[in-house]
Amino acid sequence: MVEIGQIAEKVRSKNAGPFWLTVDVFCGSPEAYARIVAGLDTAAVARAFGVEPQAMKRFDIPDLNVVKLSVPRPVIQGTRADRDMHGAGWAVLVEEMRIA
Amino acid sequence: MTRVLIPTGALGLGYDRAALARGIANRPDIIAVDGGSTDSGPSYLGRGVSKYSRASTKAEWRELMLARAEAGVPLVIGTAGTCGADSAVDWLFDITCEIAAETGQRLRVATLKSGQPAARVKAALAAGRVAPLFPAPEISGGLLDACTNIVALAGAEQIAAALQTGADIVIAGRTTDTAIIAALPLMRGDHAGAAWHGAKIGECGAIATTHPATGTIQIDFDAGGFTIEPMATAAAATPYTVSAHMLYENSDPFILHEPGGHLDVRGAVYTPLDGRRVRVEGSQWVPGRYTVKLEGARIAGYQTVALALLRDRRYVAHSREWAADVQARVAAQIVDRMGLAPEEFTLELRLIGMDATLGPLENRQGQPVEVGVLGIVTCPTEAQAAEAGKMLNPYLLHHALTENEPMPTFAFPFSPAEMQRGALYEFCLNHVMELDDPMEAFRLDVHEVGHG
Repeated sequence: MVEIGQIAEKVRSKNAGPFWLTVDVFCGSPEAYARIVAGLDTAAVARAFGVEPQAMKRFDIPDLNVVKLSVPRPVIQGTRADRDMHGAGWAVLVEEMRIA
Repeated sequence: MTRVLIPTGALGLGYDRAALARGIANRPDIIAVDGGSTDSGPSYLGRGVSKYSRASTKAEWRELMLARAEAGVPLVIGTAGTCGADSAVDWLFDITCEIAAETGQRLRVATLKSGQPAARVKAALAAGRVAPLFPAPEISGGLLDACTNIVALAGAEQIAAALQTGADIVIAGRTTDTAIIAALPLMRGDHAGAAWHGAKIGECGAIATTHPATGTIQIDFDAGGFTIEPMATAAAATPYTVSAHMLYENSDPFILHEPGGHLDVRGAVYTPLDGRRVRVEGSQWVPGRYTVKLEGARIAGYQTVALALLRDRRYVAHSREWAADVQARVAAQIVDRMGLAPEEFTLELRLIGMDATLGPLENRQGQPVEVGVLGIVTCPTEAQAAEAGKMLNPYLLHHALTENEPMPTFAFPFSPAEMQRGALYEFCLNHVMELDDPMEAFRLDVHEVGHG
């Protein structure tokens, strides 16, 4: 088992508007991409973000060696429960996820 | 062919001056720059103000106005003043008039306002012409009335109308990030898919290149596609940097919705022309109904915050139970002494060093050296928030874990320890509004500015 952040080049999260959050996993190589695509469980990501799995979007993009995950923001940007205005801190939930 | 020069990803972010000069020397047909986004949160739209300082905005805008005069082509800014509310357009218009007077420029300036009266949106809602996107908050006439600002995102059609006035400078309120770049290529009949795709790639300036901080890029649009070239000599656009930009701040990397249709880049082919330019062909524009996205912000209460620092090892080790105890005692006191009902206010203590970033989603544990305690109280009025903050103060300073120990004192970095944040704003619209005529919800004015 290995953390995704140990084999990916970079994991980034950002707002995609006030209501969505998008996480880009830049795998860096076809080998890392293949391993992350196979090991990354979409339902586990939904659980980590506390969102319904069917609300998630996932794009596996071999041309870029990128896996992109978009989720409705766990809390809407800027509401009183929001802790992270730009949504950049959530990347660690994927970066620290362990895969085979 | 249409050559668009994009000086920077957003006015206020800066750029490489030599790169801008190179771009001007290349004789662009238009200079387009973005002025904002929702990314910094709802307060800017709620208050109708810019997040950048007036002095920085004026310094960069002056350079772009001088570059425009040299090039003799239109300069257009979208989402002026961070939020693109009418007051933010007025703010940048005032700055423009000052610079025109100071530099002796005589200009035609078009202002495009995107602000929406609640009555218009309520009428559209009643007529079934407002549709929710996913996920969307519930809306009602009362909620629309409560918004301090509502804006609609203008598209290429409204920017085209502004350019058709013969304006030297267009100051647009809220627009889509892409509209200011796509408008002129579309007006000239360049490939529509390329116009929108190139605009999306270019909207953040040099972020789609190897050297993001250099800012300035040039995009050439024609009947078959577009070609992107960074203006800083050190920077390069590669098929990877260009295609990867479709990921940026976008929930779907292949589809982009705009007023009047959507862009589909699944068929796009990215070809390197040399080491630093990329040619893109094959993207498609798919026409649809003419809808504009709405954004609105309203006041959701008033906040006072306070910060205390726990460094004592025993308190660091027991910070959660300490914070829970302080929260319960102060919340009870707010109810008891201020007469607020529990559902009328919130009091939260976030533990910096423990889980302040992720809250309940945090799955790591460790023993920090110190813990920052960020107290946040939100009440219906500013005066109540101030009162509640003062009730929190003595507990953050002195509350003991147990009753039979000497009174502890924690570190306060400030006096007063509480900071009044003013109004808390919330975004409350994620909807689109259908229009018969793209201009019906926007206001275009032409001003002759400066002395000749």
